Order: sequence, then structure tokens, then C-alpha cells
Amino acid sequence: MTFHAPHIDYAGLSPVIALTAGICAVLVGGVFSARRQRLVVSVLSLTTVAVAAGLCIWQWGEREDLVAGALRLDELGLAGALIAILAAAVVIPLSWREPAAERPGSEPRHGEFQALLLSSVLGMVLLAQAQNLVVLFVSLELLSVPLYVLCGSAVRRTQSLESGLKYLIVGSLGSATLLYGLAFIYGGSGSTDFTTIRDAVGSGLTDDPLVLIGIALAATGLAFKISIAPFHQWTPDVYEGAPTPVTAFMAVATKAAAFCVFVRFFEVALGPAVDNWQPALAVLAAVSIVVGNIGALGQSSLKRLLGYSGVAQAGYMLVGIVCASALGVNALVFYLAAYTLMNLAAFAVIVVRERESGYGDGIKAFEGLGRDRPDLAWPLTIAMLALAGLPATAGFMGKLYLIEAAVDADYTWLGVAIAIGTMISLAYYLRVVAAVWMRPAAEPLAPEGAGMPAMAGGSPEADPLPSLAAATAAPRPGTRCLAILVPAWLMAGATIFFGVLPSPLVDWASHAGGALTPFLA
Amino acid sequence: MIQVMLWMPVAVGLLCFAAPRRAVPILAVAGSAAVLGLAIAVVAGFDTAEPGLQQTVNESWIPDLGVRYQLGVDGISLFLLSLTAVLWTAATVFSALRTPERRRIYFFMLGLGETAALGAFLAQDLLLFVLFFDLMLVPFWFLIGAFGGENRIAATTKMIVYTLVGSLLMLVAAIATAILASDQVGHLSFSLADLSAHTVSTSSQYWIFCFFAAAFLIKMPAVLVHGWLPDAYKAAPLPVLVLLSGVLSKVGAYGFLRVALPLFPQAVVHFQELILVIGVGGILYGSIMAFTQTNVRLIAGYSSIAQLGFITIGIFSLRPDGADGAVLQMVNHGLVVGAIFLVVALLWERTGTEDLVRLGGMAFRAPVLAALFLIVTLATLAMPGSANFIGEFYILIGVFQSKIVYSFVAAIGVVLAAFYAIRLFQRSMHNRKPDGIASSELSLRDVAVLAPLVACIVGLALYPGLILGRSDAAVKDKIAATCPRLPAGKPQPGWTGYAPIPVPDRCSSGHPEISVIK
Repeated sequence: MTFHAPHIDYAGLSPVIALTAGICAVLVGGVFSARRQRLVVSVLSLTTVAVAAGLCIWQWGEREDLVAGALRLDELGLAGALIAILAAAVVIPLSWREPAAERPGSEPRHGEFQALLLSSVLGMVLLAQAQNLVVLFVSLELLSVPLYVLCGSAVRRTQSLESGLKYLIVGSLGSATLLYGLAFIYGGSGSTDFTTIRDAVGSGLTDDPLVLIGIALAATGLAFKISIAPFHQWTPDVYEGAPTPVTAFMAVATKAAAFCVFVRFFEVALGPAVDNWQPALAVLAAVSIVVGNIGALGQSSLKRLLGYSGVAQAGYMLVGIVCASALGVNALVFYLAAYTLMNLAAFAVIVVRERESGYGDGIKAFEGLGRDRPDLAWPLTIAMLALAGLPATAGFMGKLYLIEAAVDADYTWLGVAIAIGTMISLAYYLRVVAAVWMRPAAEPLAPEGAGMPAMAGGSPEADPLPSLAAATAAPRPGTRCLAILVPAWLMAGATIFFGVLPSPLVDWASHAGGALTPFLA
Repeated sequence: MIQVMLWMPVAVGLLCFAAPRRAVPILAVAGSAAVLGLAIAVVAGFDTAEPGLQQTVNESWIPDLGVRYQLGVDGISLFLLSLTAVLWTAATVFSALRTPERRRIYFFMLGLGETAALGAFLAQDLLLFVLFFDLMLVPFWFLIGAFGGENRIAATTKMIVYTLVGSLLMLVAAIATAILASDQVGHLSFSLADLSAHTVSTSSQYWIFCFFAAAFLIKMPAVLVHGWLPDAYKAAPLPVLVLLSGVLSKVGAYGFLRVALPLFPQAVVHFQELILVIGVGGILYGSIMAFTQTNVRLIAGYSSIAQLGFITIGIFSLRPDGADGAVLQMVNHGLVVGAIFLVVALLWERTGTEDLVRLGGMAFRAPVLAALFLIVTLATLAMPGSANFIGEFYILIGVFQSKIVYSFVAAIGVVLAAFYAIRLFQRSMHNRKPDGIASSELSLRDVAVLAPLVACIVGLALYPGLILGRSDAAVKDKIAATCPRLPAGKPQPGWTGYAPIPVPDRCSSGHPEISVIK
């Protein structure tokens, strides 16, 4: 018996190839450039993401199976890929002065940092296009493992190590659950391919116990990844501990990719069993909206706050899946894009303030920002108002779209749930804006001296103590960093732009829903 | 022209960021004056005979979601637009003379607020209306929170949470309306014209109307949902309060006329009594609270609740007379309350207090101020001869025709208004002047702000037909939507035992002797 290699469409696969090549180049570049590592590596990785984005746009509109049906090239996958790539492109400049990648007195690690980041992007691009249980799982791991490392990459900070470990454990649990569920579905349907599963489930397996258990477990596993309540407990802790650029990337890109595969898996593979999973997911969405919004109310750390807000936003987006209609998918993709813009703007400001003020990401660090630093205050304000869903921002349009989809699918009560969640959320989003514009600046704290914090596997005796004088004499990093301000303003500007003229983004998102039309009611 | 009017304030506001610091107030004043000029031009160019929309704009905006960029003016919104422009000019000039700190953001937010208010009055697409309705909150939240007095952040947050509870439910309700109606319309459309031509089923109308009514009643605020008012009124800077009380409260009442009546006629009839009870309750509660308070702002604030109660029952009399009166009264009340708050601001500058107990004797040294304030006071208490009198009279006629009991109770409110208005005037202007309070005459610049407002009040008193003649056709059109669906048959005696006075043609203004005033 001869082995027939599947036909490979290299054009369709080109974004994946470009990213893979880029990762190798970045790793090698990082090793061979010691002195100007940041410049060399960043140029390499920004080129990579630019090329990958360009190839994605070039392939926009193609709809075909790749590599014997393992991947599906369509607008939904490409939309997820583009969002992940955009997030990476913004996060790379954010990470330039991050202690995780560059700490005075030790070797720079931009090469590793950015290579890990790009590997995660590669995992996301694959995940968004996955059309096979095996590819789904492998790419999910490819996405997650670099993130575990990145979360713990600020090795001198206890919280970072803690967050990395926590994410590893919870993430593995999620992966294991997912894998178990996938196994059940394979056992029930006898196939790993989404379309074959669909046919099998459609021909009388909708109430098959094996498949139902599989659906439940798989939904749980995916809910871990996109932090849907009640599987969200890791989110605030990990978000808070991880280096902020990593948090930004995790919050935005992971969600985008995981939601894309969530849609594809549920609407395509499990589409015939819609009556079984729809009510369950609706309840999950409602719980997530309530839990996320209430959890965020008492937070004083902005990263934790955005973590909880992410839980609530994931609940809103899940409504798009619950609808099981093309309109729902469109709304979901639109919201993902809007969510990306507003969250990246907020995180960019947090990155700057975290380095400038002694308060870290506490809300005190943002008091009086409107008077002192309007260039930072505006993007943060716009981001918060948009997350709260006020009009003339992309956030409002996204909610409008989601509610419209929910009402259209006879889930009006979920639309009301979104509205109620939004009301609760105002209390904490506006608290941030109030701190920015309406309170006097907090007393500046002296920046902490560069002590000798923990390091996994390190020993206090062996690690040399960096001299305190050198640390305090060094200029405070990131104060007027254009590389951060420009993306922050771009993201905030885009948030307003798509709030006033949403048509381009709506069109863009409706292609994604269009890609699944044959499978949707 | 209305497009220029709509977008000019926010454009000027953005320009403020680029302008040199000194030029910012001048720029803002020029911008608001230009808007006022455009508003006057719109009134001048208005075709009185035409009941429908004029100067319409109808562009595609978000085709996939069925949202269109539709604007238009009719007799109802015409003078509310002018009121917005007048009060905004007054507030802007008043602020500009005092050059606030952080003036760029202050005037930007004022401009944004004006655009949002004008947008709400102009929008002819349900979703566009909701959008502007919500957008209004952002600048006012900022203005109160960043420039207000004591306890401002809590007060402003309370206000926005209260109002958004209503308006987010309204968003859901608006979407539901469009989707439910899309079967009949043939496509997804939020256009008010399409939606009023194809109303949704009665059972859906009930809950949808409740959501809309919640939003409008909170915005006014009506009694029971007025919890945000005392805090917000105490904390807001006075020029902002002029707008909050003068314009924003009208958006709620306007929403009933523009959205609720044409789109949910059966529900309006069904809930008529409930809303009337809330309205009458507002009149009594507001009046009583107004003459027990000593804080001048709260007196004016609670009197607003009472006045908006009048406006509400006027609309929900579902008679053209009542609704005509409501439209007139909206403009009257806006002008009057705006002037009162400006006077309060002037009093505060002279005395440093807003407490009636510590005020008094201002008239002695400031006769012009007192004279202007007297005119405003008399207008507030609806003295015969003032436009407010005509407004309240029409409202009471309307209610008298439909639900006679409520008109009797509401008439008490007219008397109560005299109590609190005269008390306010006497205890601030007359009486003995407490020690440590300086009384001084208006500066010429302040006269320039206050006098035009008073002139508008007087002008309307002399010629209320200016408004009534233009609004009548449009109002009848809106009221007519609720009429054919009314249960036919003989008028039942109400629970008072008296049969309602028969009106030959329920949907026309059947009072020639009153129409003479127009």
C-alpha cells in the first residue's frame, strides 16, 4: 500500500509558513545579537507579523480545505488570525522595556520573549482554522505552552512565577478536560474531522450519551481557555501576576482564537445537536456576565479589574455563539475586533503607568492622570467608555450587534442580561474614568529599589545583588515612549472611528459569518 | 442645514483642543451662537401647514443592522431645538465669562452634550435616537464629576447608573421592536416611519412600552424614579444644571411623543392611567417637596418634577389639547428653569450660599435682578398672562376631556406652584438682609445672559401661537395614532360616577373658543 501525501495548497498555508519561519529567525537573531538585540529581534518579529498579516489579507475570500481537511481556510479563521497578529504587533513594542525581557544588569532576553510570543500567535492562527479534533488540540497546546512560560517570565517577581504556575496547572486541567471530551466525541461519532462528525451527529447521534458527555466536557475545556464563569477563577490572578504586555496579549488574542474554534466546533461539528448545547451555553453566558461584572466591582488593581471584565465580556460574546445563526457569528467577530481595540488601548496605558508610578497597576496610579498626562488619559478613558458600551464607540456597536442577534434568535432574555450586565459594569469602568479625571493625583511613591526577589531555580547566594545606586540612577523607563503611545492612540482612535462609522468593520465581520452559512440555519 | 447645526457644537468643541488657551471661551461662545442662529433659521424656514417632517436627511449608515442616519424636524421638535440652542448659548456665555479651569475639556464636553441633545431631537431612526439619548450622559457625567461641588463623583455616578438602567433596557426594547416588526416591514428597519406604519403585536407592545417608559420617566425624572435628582442637582455646576434641568429632562417627555405614542399605541392606551397616576403623583410630590426645602437648587429641582408631571399628564391625556399644552409647556419650563438656575448662580456669587434661610433682601440693592427674577417667578407659577398659564391650561383641558379626576387633582398643583415660587422669590429678594451678605446689582455682562432668556419668556407670553400654531399639526398626527384603536362604544362613566363630557370628534381640537388664542 502506498502512502498518498495530501495535496498541500501552499498559498493557503502561507501565513502559517511565514510565522514558522519568523519564529526561527527571531530565535536565531536573539542568539547572535547581544548588544542591539532589541532592535534586531523586534525588526525581525514585526516583519514577520507584517508579512503574516499581509498573507492573511491576500488569502481573504478564499474558502477551501487545507492539508486534507485538517485546516479550513475561510474568513472566520482569517479574522481570528488577523486579530491575534494585530495583538502581537501591539504587544511587541509594549514589551521593549519590560523587566521580563530586559532588566538592567542582566542579559536581554528579547529573542526568547518574542519567539515565544510568535509561537503562541502561530498556535492561534492554526487554532482559528482548525477543522479536526487533533489539530484543535495540538494548536491549543501550541497556543498555551508559550503563554505558560511568558506568564512566569519575570523570574524576579514572585507574582509572575505564581501566575505562570497557576496558569500551567489550571490550563492543563482545562486541556485535559477538553481532550477527554474530544475523545468521547470521537468515540461516539467515529471521526476526528468536523464535517464527518457533523454528518454522524446529524444521523441520529444528537441524544447519544457519549456525544453529550463529550460536548459537555469539550465546552468546559474551551470555557477554561476563554475564561467563562464558573471556569474563570484563574483569570484575575494570572492577569495580575503576568507581565502586563503578556496579560494584554493573553486577554485579547487567546480569546479571539479560542472563540473562533469554539464557533467552528459547535456550529459546524456539533451543529445538529444545537438543541442540546444551546440552553447550556445560554446559561453559561448569563452566569459569566453576572459573575464577571460583580467580581470586577471591588477590584482596585486595574489588571484584575480587566480580568473580571474579560470574564463578563466573554459572556457577552458567548451570546453570539448561543444564537447559532450567521448574525450571531457576525456579532461575535465584530465584538472580538472591538474588544481587541479597546483592551489593547487600556493595557498600553497600564504598561506605561505601571513603570512610572509607584503604585503598580493599582487604581491610585491613575488618579489625576487627566491633568498630568492627557496623552495617556484619553486612550484609557476611551477604552473604558467603550468597554462600558457607551455610544459613539465600537463597544456600543458591538453590544448593539450582539443584542440584535440575541433577539433575532429568540433569546431576548439574553439581550436583557447583556443590558443588565452593562449597567453593573458602569460602576467599575466609570470608577476608573473618575479616578483619571476627577481626583487629584496621588502622592508619588518612591520606586522600589531593585532588590533581589525570587527566581525559580535560583539561589540567593549565587545571584549577585545589583547595586542599588545603579538602579536608582537609571532613568525611569518608558516615560515618554512613543512606541507605546502611538499604538494606544491608534487603538483608541479606531475604537471611536468604528463607533461612528461601523460599516467597514460590520462588512468585515459579516464575511466571517458568511463563511459558515452552509452550516447555519 | 440641520446637519451643520447638529455637528457644529462637537466640531467646535474639538477645535477647542487646538485653539490657544485664551481663545477657547470665545470660540465656544461663537460656536453656540452660530448654532442658535441656525436654529432660528430653521424656525424661520419652517412650513407651518406641513404636519410631517421637514428638512429630512436620510442616508444609509449601517445597512447590515438596518440602521439609517435619518434626521428631520417637525412641529414638536422645532421649538425644543430652539430651546436647546438658546439654553446652551446662555450656559456657554455664562461659563465663558467666568473662564473655568481646564476650559478645553469643559467646553468640549458642553459641545458634545449639545450635539447629543440636538441629535435626540432630530433623530428619526429609533436606534439613532437611542444612541443620542445615551450619548448625552457622557458629557454630563463628566461635567458634574469634574467640575461639580461637594460629593460630586458619587452623585454623578448615581445619576448615570439610574439613567442607564432605563436607557439600556430601552436599547433592548428598540432592537426588539425592529426585529418583531421586520416581518411586516419586509426588512430590518429602525426607521420611525416604518415602525409606526407597522406596529408590533399588542402583547409585545406592553413589555416594550414598559422598557421605553422606564427610560423616559427616569430621564425626566418622574416621581418614584427621581432618586438621582437631589444629589445630582446639589453637585452640578450651575450652568450645567441649567442644561440638565432645562433640556435633558425634556428629552424624556419628547420621547413619549416621538416614540411611544406612534409605535406602541395600544400599550399607551393600556398604561394611560398608570402614567397619569405617576404624573399627578409627581405634581403633588414635587410641589410639596419644593416648599419644604431650603436649598434653592432643590426647590427648583423639585419644582421641575412637578412641572414634568404636568407635561406627562398632558401627553397622556391622549387629546390634542393636552399634548399641545405639553409641547408648549416643555419650552416654557426649559426657559423658566434655566433662568432660575442662572439667578441661583448669581445669588451664590453674591452671598456664597444657596440656603434660603441665609438669603434675603437682595432686591434692595439689586432691583434689576429682582425685577427679572420676578418675571421668571410669575411665569413659574403660571400666572395668567404667561405662556406657562396657557400651557397648563391646555394640559388641564386635555386631561379634563379624557380623565376628569386627574385634572381636578392636577389643578391643585397649579395652586401649590404659587406657594413655592413666591416663597422662593420672597425669601431671597425680600425680607431683611442677613448680616455678612453683600447685595450688588447685576453686571452688564450678566444682564446680557439673563435678559434674553427673560425676553423669551415674555415674548412667549405675548405670542404663544408661535409654538402652538406650528406644533398642532404634528401633535394631532401623533395623538391620532392612539385613537382609532381605542375601544369604541359609549363613554363609560368613570369611577367618579359622572359620565365624561362627550367630545364629538375625539381626535381634533374641538374647542374653537380656545383655538382663538393660537
